[in-house]
Amino acid sequence: MENKIKFILNGEEVEVLCSPVKRLLDVLRDDFNLSGAKEGCGKGECGACSVLIDGKLINSCLYPAQMAEGKEVLTIEGLKKSRIFEILSESFIDAGAVQCGFCTPGMIMASYALLRKNPNPTEEDIREGLSGNLCRCTGYNMIIEAVKMAAKRGEGLW
Amino acid sequence: MGRDIALSIRRDDAIAKISGEAKYTCDVKFENMLYGKTLRSKIARGKIKSIKYPSLPEGYYIVDKDDVPKPNKLKILKSDMSVFAQDVVNYVGEPIALVVGEDKEIIDNILSKIEVEYENIQPILTLEEGLNTKEPIYGDNNLFADYVVEKGDINEVKNRASYVYEGEYETGYQEQFYLETQGIIADFKDGKITIYGSMQCPYYIKNALLDFFKADSDKIRVVQLTTGGGFGGKEDYPSLIAAQAAAASIKCKRPVKIVYDRDEDIEFTTKRHPSKIKLKSYLDDNFKVIGMEADIILDGGAYASLSEVVLQRAMFAISGVYNIENLYVKGRAVATNKAISGAFRGFGAPQAFFAIEIHMEHIAKKFNLNPLDFKINNLIKRGDKSSTGGTFRDEIKLKEMIKRAEIMSSYNEKKSRFKEERKEGKLKGIGMSLFFHGGGFTGSGERDHIKAKVKLLKKIDETVEILISNVEMGQGAMTTSRKIVAYTLNIPIEKVIFENPDTDRVPDSGPTVASRTTVVVGELLREAAEELKNRWNENETLIVEADYKYPEGYEWDGDKFKGDAYTSYSFGVNVVEVEVDSITYESTIKNVYAVYDIGQAIDERIVKGQIDGGIVQGLGYAGIEVMENKEGRFLQRTSSDYIIPTSKDVPYIYSELLCEPFKYGPYGAKALGELTFVGSPPAYALSVEDALGLEISNIPVRPENILEVLRHGK
Ligand code: FES
Ligand code: FES
Repeated sequence: MENKIKFILNGEEVEVLCSPVKRLLDVLRDDFNLSGAKEGCGKGECGACSVLIDGKLINSCLYPAQMAEGKEVLTIEGLKKSRIFEILSESFIDAGAVQCGFCTPGMIMASYALLRKNPNPTEEDIREGLSGNLCRCTGYNMIIEAVKMAAKRGEGLW
Repeated sequence: MGRDIALSIRRDDAIAKISGEAKYTCDVKFENMLYGKTLRSKIARGKIKSIKYPSLPEGYYIVDKDDVPKPNKLKILKSDMSVFAQDVVNYVGEPIALVVGEDKEIIDNILSKIEVEYENIQPILTLEEGLNTKEPIYGDNNLFADYVVEKGDINEVKNRASYVYEGEYETGYQEQFYLETQGIIADFKDGKITIYGSMQCPYYIKNALLDFFKADSDKIRVVQLTTGGGFGGKEDYPSLIAAQAAAASIKCKRPVKIVYDRDEDIEFTTKRHPSKIKLKSYLDDNFKVIGMEADIILDGGAYASLSEVVLQRAMFAISGVYNIENLYVKGRAVATNKAISGAFRGFGAPQAFFAIEIHMEHIAKKFNLNPLDFKINNLIKRGDKSSTGGTFRDEIKLKEMIKRAEIMSSYNEKKSRFKEERKEGKLKGIGMSLFFHGGGFTGSGERDHIKAKVKLLKKIDETVEILISNVEMGQGAMTTSRKIVAYTLNIPIEKVIFENPDTDRVPDSGPTVASRTTVVVGELLREAAEELKNRWNENETLIVEADYKYPEGYEWDGDKFKGDAYTSYSFGVNVVEVEVDSITYESTIKNVYAVYDIGQAIDERIVKGQIDGGIVQGLGYAGIEVMENKEGRFLQRTSSDYIIPTSKDVPYIYSELLCEPFKYGPYGAKALGELTFVGSPPAYALSVEDALGLEISNIPVRPENILEVLRHGK
């Protein structure tokens, strides 16, 4: 069975015909060719597939497409056009937060979700906020540094 | 470019990765591409009596042993592994066939309908069974390797020793858990196979496929795609997937892509070798360790893979940073009916350093000595002989490094303060480890097997392209190589280009392993750049090459394991502080301090990234990363059960460099990537031991095991 599902993707109204239980991750990657959200586990454990839905961080690998109906979905490709992205990406580069990069788009989305809620996070807040996103390369500290840096640099923007 | 090579620069690969534009294997699509999924053995050991395939819908294919050339053996170091099971299976998950087609759901459906009938054979699941079996999996004695290393005269020492101490140490499995799972695309066109994918060693794949398909060299091409971490897990395993995908592409006449699910990757790809190590030390009346006997047993899993060289590194590291003049080291890699044990950051050294560091601490405790004084009293220094009788030629800064680590961590003050706090019920502890890592291939690997070659290409627009087969997989190889070349040529870094390697374009500069990319390949790049600089005006375009030369004055006898097993050594000191919950016995890591000697740092930020990442992987290995095998299956086989550290599990890491440059490394650089892993497991175990006042000899350290020890004594 296929359904017509309408939602807002990166600011644009879109429509897709697919099974209502198709994973949002696959809809984004296959139907819209947006490959920034990655599949690291497919089980809600790693956060590589993170996107924002109505401003909330979710794992798109566990999210049935039907549930996106009428909602606003933001992926890294959508965030990319913003000043916020510039601040986050510059901070990630300056702090050395990127190694293999497979976790990175998800980390950026998680960082953005955190800073929207809490523009002045403590180190503990950041560790908590990113705890759903696994990274096997960096040991996390340089990512945490990057988020601290971005919080400062983007003051007033979050 | 600036004149201080250590100063960090922006990573060129970062922005595409951040924005999601970087194309990993899972992101790459070819026209008409099909997907392949693996049918795997359900049993640990047996004969395949029959396979019943369902009838296939149009456009779907089965690829198995009948679709590959005889003898269906893939050459890693030995040729003992079939690409698709021939008639026996040796571990749960061993590939039997691929189902190939366009739609993944239909593929799954076909997979579920295939019936395989097995005749079970009693599997070998433990080291003991593997050592005593009458039905070997491998060879006559079921050992992938069986070695002895001797130094001095152990028997003479036995007679004059005043004290003897014996201990047994165990380490578990560890899964690499690179965030990007294994993935390969094969495209067979006009008689030529092209492999794209996630990999560390393009030429390993090329050579394995040349041998497997008996093809001419120009008929196989391997192109690396952006690779989401490797840590050793993408050293040899991608060769197997590439052979399968290639066979499928030849049969289906379309590009075929195989990308593993996470759980498939966790359960069936290579992992770190579990180990059992017995050490017996002989001490004189001044508590100098004058001799040691070691018995190292590694669990190699079902096929030989790289076990023999992993074992060698473990054996050569077994005396740690201590000058033990008489050694008898026995080493065996045992075949068992479990997933293959392969390469993982440190490559045998973490197992050895865990054993020796714990052993030394336990000796000190047994004889009421201050552990650190005891260790310092036995330290190697310049001019001393290594375990294989080679010479430590360069200054060894360990004493200074220990001092530095003591100051950074307030080690002595905390040692006594925690003792007091423990009386009040706060289970705090601190532990220190001392370690080294030998740079590059063990023994004469670089000289006799790899024979690395690099090329620099000067183009008409005055840019210079680096042509090497080493890959960027997150560790920063792209940045460090470009820096070395730009620095040597004294041109802006933007003028130096590094593309992902394509074996049709780059020479074989060897695999991206063994912490060799900067030390060995980096030095060749420096030499080539030096020559290019001298010949810069000779022509508008130029190609300059450099070949590996074994440094003068070093020696290695690979039959007897005598001489310089490594040409350079990097060193480290790690301090870990924990607090253990007095009810659950869960440990929280409070602080980590680290001092390293890595020669010249090529980029401080990249170095810091390696330090943090390596330490945290090591902490996972020693603490929460548990993987046990019961009756041939791993209990922790999904991403929900196999747990790796999150941002909440690790503290800030204080690290410093205290370096002694290496004459034959680029600008003095030595090995880095693996070193950073080696020290944190013993330091962690020792800190838990300190907190609880009991002896820990196994990792991962688990609350259940602590409780067990507390209840029953050790
Ligand atoms: S892929 Fe969605 S959480 Fe891992
Ligand atoms: S950078 Fe590799 S997983 Fe995070």
